[in-house]
Amino acid sequence: MTEPAISIQNVEKRYPSTHALKGVSFDIRPGEYFGLLGPNGAGKSTLISIIAGLAHATAGSVSVLGHDVRRDFRRSRRALGVVPQELVYDPFFPVREMLRIQAGYFGCCKDYWPWIDELLERLDLTDKAEVSMRALSGGMKRRVLIAQALVHKPQVVILDEPTAGVDVELRRTLWHFTRELNEAGHTIVLTTHYLEEAEELCDRIAILDRGRLSVLEDKRALLDRHPYRFLSLQLSGNGGALPASVERLIEDRHDDTLDLKLEQGKDFIADVMEQIRDAGYRIQDVRTREPSLENIFVELTDHSNDRDEGAA
Amino acid sequence: MNWQGCFTLFSKEVRRFYSVILQTVGAPVVTALLYMVVFGQVLQGQEIQGVPASAFLVPGLMMMSIIQNSFANTSSSLTQSKINGNLVFLLMTPLSAFEIYLAYIGASLVRATLVACVLYLVTQLFVTVPIANPLLVATMLVFGGGTLAVMGLIAGILANKFDHLAAFQNFFIMPLSFLSGVFYSIHSLPEFWQKASHFNPFFYMIDGFRQGFFGVGDSDPLRSVAVAAAFFAFVSTICVVMLAKGYKIRG
Repeated sequence: MTEPAISIQNVEKRYPSTHALKGVSFDIRPGEYFGLLGPNGAGKSTLISIIAGLAHATAGSVSVLGHDVRRDFRRSRRALGVVPQELVYDPFFPVREMLRIQAGYFGCCKDYWPWIDELLERLDLTDKAEVSMRALSGGMKRRVLIAQALVHKPQVVILDEPTAGVDVELRRTLWHFTRELNEAGHTIVLTTHYLEEAEELCDRIAILDRGRLSVLEDKRALLDRHPYRFLSLQLSGNGGALPASVERLIEDRHDDTLDLKLEQGKDFIADVMEQIRDAGYRIQDVRTREPSLENIFVELTDHSNDRDEGAA
Repeated sequence: MNWQGCFTLFSKEVRRFYSVILQTVGAPVVTALLYMVVFGQVLQGQEIQGVPASAFLVPGLMMMSIIQNSFANTSSSLTQSKINGNLVFLLMTPLSAFEIYLAYIGASLVRATLVACVLYLVTQLFVTVPIANPLLVATMLVFGGGTLAVMGLIAGILANKFDHLAAFQNFFIMPLSFLSGVFYSIHSLPEFWQKASHFNPFFYMIDGFRQGFFGVGDSDPLRSVAVAAAFFAFVSTICVVMLAKGYKIRG
């Protein structure tokens, strides 16, 4: 059986004031494009730190391509490249030299220099190769971080919110680049707050919530299990009050447009439209939308009613 | 052993201090020369342990510079990486605690040796200082500079900001190095302080180093080597254990 790209088994992490991870277990398959999502404070960055060796788990184990991140740290770290969330850099060296230094840490000698030049080329950094990191824009620094994670040709690449704060063009470039890496056989793990990004790129998605694994599913299955469909109607005419059966479906109302949330198999579009016409309105335009990952994410991680439920 | 990775970190650290060489080598040499000019003038015509006072000062000032620069090199580099956040790039690599230790200490010793050599050569314009036992000089440089480099690494691990580092340097390193015979022989001290000096490992570093030049000193040179080596081994053990456990650097 093929080793998982990353295996996470019963991982717990306690800090003096928080219990960041409460027994998380899942595997990431080799070659997949995996999305790790969750609201702020869910434990994503803690988990990534443990995988990368930047933090030690209080309990449980993590391995990368079968190599335990504590006992066999040399092999696990050689197999892994991590793009950190923060724009951190060494201010003393220009871009190319810094990448060569980073490769050197992994035992990669001069034979990796052509690969470094290729990375610079593919990330549009060639003309910045001799420029100090201090002089680069935020977007350029982000590209260098990606190159830095790839200098030793790791099989598994973790990108911790790589597109946070970058412009649309760079976001597209990064999407394209990571897709190419994935097609070349690299396992990609992406954390992001842009849910459309995860929806667009990822094969499977895990959602962490308050230190626990809330969901782990194929993206398609995850989207399909959401039992709603969204209907947007543009109305005209001076109709009267809408029936209660329609009112309860209204999510939003602005100008002459109604946004409705319909439960599949229970609320039928034709019935809803008929009731609105009966109330004296003309329907000018109709738009329907499938649920997005964002809807599912909000539903799974919305704890606004927890206190009430707990009190009940 | 990841020799390539270890050498890369070592050479990066050397290039880091070399890129600001005026600050890392030039400034300490000028400071030590100023001490020499002032104290040499005050002690003019006097002899300490049968050696002209101005010449007696030179090895002490060299060792003081070795101590301060070894400490500064490791502590400032690590603290800066921690504060900048770029330490993660080192912590995510397949370098073991011992390899990281070795690279940092090695680079620090290069800087300390450079400062000591430049200082020695410049002072020869004013006084003649012989080298009676080059092996003893080199040994004490390695153990003395190495010990302070390790202490700098420990301070860098513990410090959360540069203020902590300054406190460590000003309230611990400076007093211990100044009060260990840089400018005097401990035989000139009251008996209590003579005895107290023997509990200060910095005293052995300076005395042993000076004996390498003049062949005379306050303590047996082998004892100085043994104490300096033991203290180096002691702080090194603490440092490697801290690095291996990831104390204050791995969450």
